Amino acid sequence: MPKVKVKRKSTFIDMTAMSDVTVLLLTFFMLTSTFVEPTPVQIAVPSSVSEIKIPETNVLNILVESNGRIIMGVDQNFRVEMLERMAEEYGYEFTDAEKGAFQATSYFGVPMSQMNALLRMPLEEQEKVMASQGTGIPIDTTANPSNEFKAWVKAARKSSRDMRIAIKAAQNTPYSEIHKVMSSLQDIRENRYNLITSLKSVSGDF
Amino acid sequence: MAEVQQKDGGKEKGKQKKMTIRVDFTPMVDMNMLLLTFFMLCTSMSKPQTMEISMPSNDKTLTEQERDKVAASRAITLILGSEDRVYFYTGEPNYEDYTSLQETNYDATGLRAMLLGRNQEVVSKIRELKKEKNETNMTDEEYNKKATEIKDAKTAPIVIIKATDDATYKNLVDALDEMHICSINKYAIVDITEGDEWLVENYEKKGELTNQIDRDQM
Repeated sequence: MPKVKVKRKSTFIDMTAMSDVTVLLLTFFMLTSTFVEPTPVQIAVPSSVSEIKIPETNVLNILVESNGRIIMGVDQNFRVEMLERMAEEYGYEFTDAEKGAFQATSYFGVPMSQMNALLRMPLEEQEKVMASQGTGIPIDTTANPSNEFKAWVKAARKSSRDMRIAIKAAQNTPYSEIHKVMSSLQDIRENRYNLITSLKSVSGDF
Repeated sequence: MAEVQQKDGGKEKGKQKKMTIRVDFTPMVDMNMLLLTFFMLCTSMSKPQTMEISMPSNDKTLTEQERDKVAASRAITLILGSEDRVYFYTGEPNYEDYTSLQETNYDATGLRAMLLGRNQEVVSKIRELKKEKNETNMTDEEYNKKATEIKDAKTAPIVIIKATDDATYKNLVDALDEMHICSINKYAIVDITEGDEWLVENYEKKGELTNQIDRDQM
């Protein structure tokens, strides 16, 4: 009597097609996308039909939270230079370690008086401070010397003459807060800037 | 992982052995999927959109009056109020009649319809230009040049945007967006004056403030 043979079936699935697809998708994503810069706070920007794209480099980002707190971000290669200018203007001293720490942070939003303490913290602590409801960059329009916002923008302008200024403000920010930013920029003759919005499709052919 | 399979055709005489070469792609797919997930999660597809605005300089050499000197017939003043309200008046403010100030909204039927109506000449010309562009091979440069020419027409309205402190940033962007949609090239963001605030208040109270003044004078 012949033995009952269990028919062995190969479970070999041809993965070639699958691999083709994934490689294609991978290539697509690698070519079309850009890396997300981590921001300390989430800001819901309003939408507009404008289709101008913001350049990737040489931009001074001004984030305005809905409570009016101002945070700034700038390209890495300008950071230390700006900090040095600010230190000179406000009479603070920064060690090389602190400067290095400043270069590593993409966004900053504390008054100059707290900058030393912030930069001495480890990176995670810094992020925590930034994410919590801190003070932001002071923008007092009545007292000129304490308007550090103006000083930062000026420092940025000195570092790079063709730097673009981009304001990224939350939808529900009261106009009074935006007005402070705009009039401060106007005071230092920065009359052209970009407002960051998200894309809105519009019905009709306009 | 690669295997060479032999078909058992060897028993028959004279036939050549058939060999199939198969490479197992499963690990390759695994790795690709991982990379794909990483790229999908860590990158953003498109750069954020921006609008460009240029503000008038704050030069003190220009007096308040000179800055306000816009042909009254062409001027439309928008006042962005609280709770997504928007008011507008044309030309000079009329403090006598509260109905000179009108209320509208940010919908397509509100502000946009009003502005398109005022800017009809330019809008229709721009539409024609767009049609022409589609039909002929007009370059973008040429199109832009012609479009600016049309938009700078002497009769085109000039919009003055005045935002109250109660307005939100979204309101401002919406208003600027409407300028873009309605092909209005000349607009300015100006600080609100007491007179404008009074107008809004008067409007809300249906002209009570004007009546009060009249009574006081009598």
